[in-house]
Amino acid sequence: MKKRIKEYLVFFIFIAFVGISFLINLNLGQKMGKNFYIFAKDMVLILPPAFILIGLFDVWVSRETIEKSFGNKSGLMKYIYAIGLAATTVGGTFVAFPVANALYHKGAEYDSIVTYVTAASLFMIPMSIMEASILGIKFTALRLGLSIPLIIISANILKYVFNKENYSLPKVE
Amino acid sequence: MKYLYIVAAIALIISFIKDKNKTFKGIKKGLLKFKKILPKYLMLLVIISIVLLLSEDFIIKYLSKGNILIGTISSVIIGSITMMPGFIAYPLSGVLLERGVSYIIIGGFVTSLMLVGVVTYPIEKEYFGKKATILRNIFGFIIAIGIAIGIGIFYGEVL
Repeated sequence: MKKRIKEYLVFFIFIAFVGISFLINLNLGQKMGKNFYIFAKDMVLILPPAFILIGLFDVWVSRETIEKSFGNKSGLMKYIYAIGLAATTVGGTFVAFPVANALYHKGAEYDSIVTYVTAASLFMIPMSIMEASILGIKFTALRLGLSIPLIIISANILKYVFNKENYSLPKVE
Repeated sequence: MKYLYIVAAIALIISFIKDKNKTFKGIKKGLLKFKKILPKYLMLLVIISIVLLLSEDFIIKYLSKGNILIGTISSVIIGSITMMPGFIAYPLSGVLLERGVSYIIIGGFVTSLMLVGVVTYPIEKEYFGKKATILRNIFGFIIAIGIAIGIGIFYGEVL
């Protein structure tokens, strides 16, 4: 119990600081509070259903399925699966990290999950539409087109390094 | 976001019809994971709220001057240490563009903003371990520079 309270301590201090700032009209704290709200609003809505889906994934999806699509036998298809999954992951990397961890423990290879996480931060569909409308379609097309080969190359380098060192990702229960 | 709820609802219904107990086990597992990581997410929100104080004005002022080389490097560094949602980042990039900032600098900023997460380190570390997190972010930094240079070449700003 004591440990749990400690984990939330910084958060409580922050909330108290923001609360007091609003009472005494301290600009700095009010700004922080507004920034907090912008992100917290989305996270509160996205994380619970996302984690329920991860839980269901854990109990239903078999190791064989994941090995077949994200493992070594999958060949080049695994990158297409990884990028496809990334493009449809709501919440970007915040959701992609736990998903990648779950995939890994079901037999996904390093290059698949690194491709997935990296692509999840770069390929958010609603964001890309907004980007294209402000910076132009050429810019968005270039950014996405250039990133695919770079992501896959770096994912393979990382895979090589991790496998060589027998690295394994932490198991999160 | 709506679609996440629809997918979750459909998955729950199908799962429930197929096997009630397994469904409860799945929900419990998911929520347990969520409970465990929640303080880290809150911590992250606190850090982001403070980092975002590095205001838009500062970024506009800083990236609007100087030459292309220094501008690109600083845009990638600023993008790496900050974190902001797209609906703030893109209008900000629009302002930069209007002020005549090159595409290569905007590309470096936008890409590293998404790709390199200095502030998301506490979360990523939980799921990837320290070493993988650090390496992945270093590669993210390199990729961001690569993408920026590529954009610069296509817009005829370098070479």
